[in-house]
Amino acid sequence: MLPELGQMALLIAFVLSLLLGTLPLWGAQRGNVALQLTARPLSFALLAAVTVSYILLTMAFVQHDFSVAYVAKNSNTLLPVMYQVSAVWGAHEGSLLLWVLTLCVWIAAVAVFSKNLPDVVHARVLAIMGLVALGFLAFTVITSNPFERMLPAPLEGHDLNPLLQDPGLIFHPPLLYIGYVGFSVAFAFAIAALIEGHIDTRWIRWARPWTNVAWAFLTLGIALGSFWAYYELGWGGWWFWDPVENASFMPWLVGAALLHSQATTEKRGSFSSWTLLLAIAAFSLSLLGTFLVRSGVLTSVHAFASDPERGMFILAFLCCVVGGSLVLFALRAPKEAGKPFQWQSRESLLLLNNLLLTAAAAMVLLGTLYPLLADALGLGKVSVGPPYFGKLFLILMAPLVLLIPFGPLSRWQRENLSDIARWLAPWLALAVLIAVIAYFRAPQHPLKSAMAWFSGIWLALGTARFVWHRFAQSQGRFTAEIIGMVTAHAGVAVFCFGALMTEGLSVEKDVAAKPGQSFEVGDYRFTFLGVTEVAGANFIAQRGDIQIGIGERHLGILHPEKRQYASGGSSMTEADMHGGLTRDLYVALGEPTDNAGGWALRLHVKPFVRWIWFGAILMALGSLIVIFDKRFKRKGHEA
Amino acid sequence: MNPVRKRRLILVGLVLLAAAAAAAFIAMALQENINYLHTPSEVRTGKAPESARFRLGGVVCNGSVQRTEGTLDVRFNVTDGKRYVPVQFNGILPDMFKEGTSVIATGKMKGSEFVAGEVLAKHDETYMPAEVAKSMSPEMQAKMSQGPAMHTLDCGAP
Repeated sequence: MLPELGQMALLIAFVLSLLLGTLPLWGAQRGNVALQLTARPLSFALLAAVTVSYILLTMAFVQHDFSVAYVAKNSNTLLPVMYQVSAVWGAHEGSLLLWVLTLCVWIAAVAVFSKNLPDVVHARVLAIMGLVALGFLAFTVITSNPFERMLPAPLEGHDLNPLLQDPGLIFHPPLLYIGYVGFSVAFAFAIAALIEGHIDTRWIRWARPWTNVAWAFLTLGIALGSFWAYYELGWGGWWFWDPVENASFMPWLVGAALLHSQATTEKRGSFSSWTLLLAIAAFSLSLLGTFLVRSGVLTSVHAFASDPERGMFILAFLCCVVGGSLVLFALRAPKEAGKPFQWQSRESLLLLNNLLLTAAAAMVLLGTLYPLLADALGLGKVSVGPPYFGKLFLILMAPLVLLIPFGPLSRWQRENLSDIARWLAPWLALAVLIAVIAYFRAPQHPLKSAMAWFSGIWLALGTARFVWHRFAQSQGRFTAEIIGMVTAHAGVAVFCFGALMTEGLSVEKDVAAKPGQSFEVGDYRFTFLGVTEVAGANFIAQRGDIQIGIGERHLGILHPEKRQYASGGSSMTEADMHGGLTRDLYVALGEPTDNAGGWALRLHVKPFVRWIWFGAILMALGSLIVIFDKRFKRKGHEA
Repeated sequence: MNPVRKRRLILVGLVLLAAAAAAAFIAMALQENINYLHTPSEVRTGKAPESARFRLGGVVCNGSVQRTEGTLDVRFNVTDGKRYVPVQFNGILPDMFKEGTSVIATGKMKGSEFVAGEVLAKHDETYMPAEVAKSMSPEMQAKMSQGPAMHTLDCGAP
């Protein structure tokens, strides 16, 4: 009975989104205020309907209602309660429902926090988000109904994919979705501005915090996914340039460009069409990401089984959104030029930032879609190797890293860049000096190690120089916007250092170990003590004991596991690590190599690997701090 | 030409130059890092490169996995139902690697053997990469989808 109610709620939500997508828009075109005012109540009703549907699906999981096909496929009675709740978004149908729920939360949030906007704008923005919700609800109802019954009901469910039985997965998809879906606010705003035919900086000011929140969550979601891959997949890597990772990374890059261009447009009126275009691109790439993940058109490590019908639906939806908004853009793009600026100015630097970030996004897009392109053109079945992405990304980001410290120090409109160069020169020299020393002292990959030190120190000191400058110039007046920017740029410094150090100086060894045998990896010693069998809640594990130490000192014993889940299926690797600020020691079990207790072991020493995620957290935090700036608290009608 | 125009022209020129350089870089990087996927039949009929890296896709033959005791050396056969190719690999195989399931191995041919540097198996046991599925014979695909029938899988000729 409850699942039917859930389905009813979903259908009601579908109708509500149809109303939300049409009535206020119609009202805005006709100047009918009564129709425009339906937007807010409809938004809340939509959220209520989707929430009911979502809660009922969760209840089906918690009550082990295996007559619901989706529950039977992704849960069983042995599954811990925590994972019963998170299993709701463990596979396609439920995660789509989560996506819709997130979107509805955003819609309701916009409805609550946008009281200062003119009714017409408000109506249009909510209606456009309603149309997006309509598309996704149609998708859910038509192709992927999570409430579908399976009769007769099996006595026991299959299981949640063991890989997904991890605390990391509980938060990874929701964070990512909040980010993806959050770009729909900037998108809706851009479309509303295009319909209106001119862009008002007040609206940009209103849209900025939303973009910041979305980008911050996307950053956290990607970082958590990367961390999860690091400790869960048992390979010890943190980024694989897998199509699904790329799918989330493209909106992130464009979103980063959008943050900067929105700030420029808000303050100077420049780049207004470009900002609109980026807003459209960020959301379109979020949709493209969904398409790539859901349709299974690309070979990826992500497990969603392919379904051509679903792929076609999202592709059609994607075409409508991208095509429609680009046509609208072509017809209605604003011609306002904003305040003029010279080529030596902050505007130019931000323009370069935007060019580099979008070029990187385009590069990732090309590499990700190339296999599809090649297949369509009959060039054979190909895949693009990670070196393509890694190399080009470095080349594209290097100038960005060089330019970041210049940006905050420069002034709008006109600037003498040689002044800034003079301020920064000593720090640049220091960074270069340390990089040279690092180059000659690195045991391997000297270039990466030098780049790590250079980028980390240059970005950190360059940003610190700006803080100093600010102190001296404006008596230490720091707005939330400035603090956020400094935090985020410091995050880039931490990230660059961590990522390049890990890439350059990691030592990885796969070995066949006999009990009692020791291995030297970098400066560390790993001693394999043996493997014993232990039982978990819904699995049996082979647990290894590996003693780690450096010199004479013992650091502890690591316990990587190889788990066999009760529900059957293949075994799962649980790596174990000894984490630290300057390095992680990472151990994963392979398989037995002989009958005498020998096992294959994966032993890694990864310097500064945690800085990667720490840097990402700083970036997200910076982006969030910005929204507390006073400028966003002012009433919308004050220009 | 007035100075504003001249500056614009220079700017446009620079942008074009940068775009051309970027395009060249990207084309080069793509060219270097593309890996083609081939099936065992294609390898046996000479359609796969003899010395370049490529990806070998197929199903691991039952009873073909052999480990050399005390080392990480593994050998197994990969088939598409018609022909098979022996693969050797030194390293740790992924969790999902099992006889009778699909894999994609990246590496190159050495004589009649494929030396893999990386072996990928999928997260989900019931899932076969679309590009591998497409290259399977229909009978093989039907067998794969029946589950237990995998165990009587025909590996074809060497």
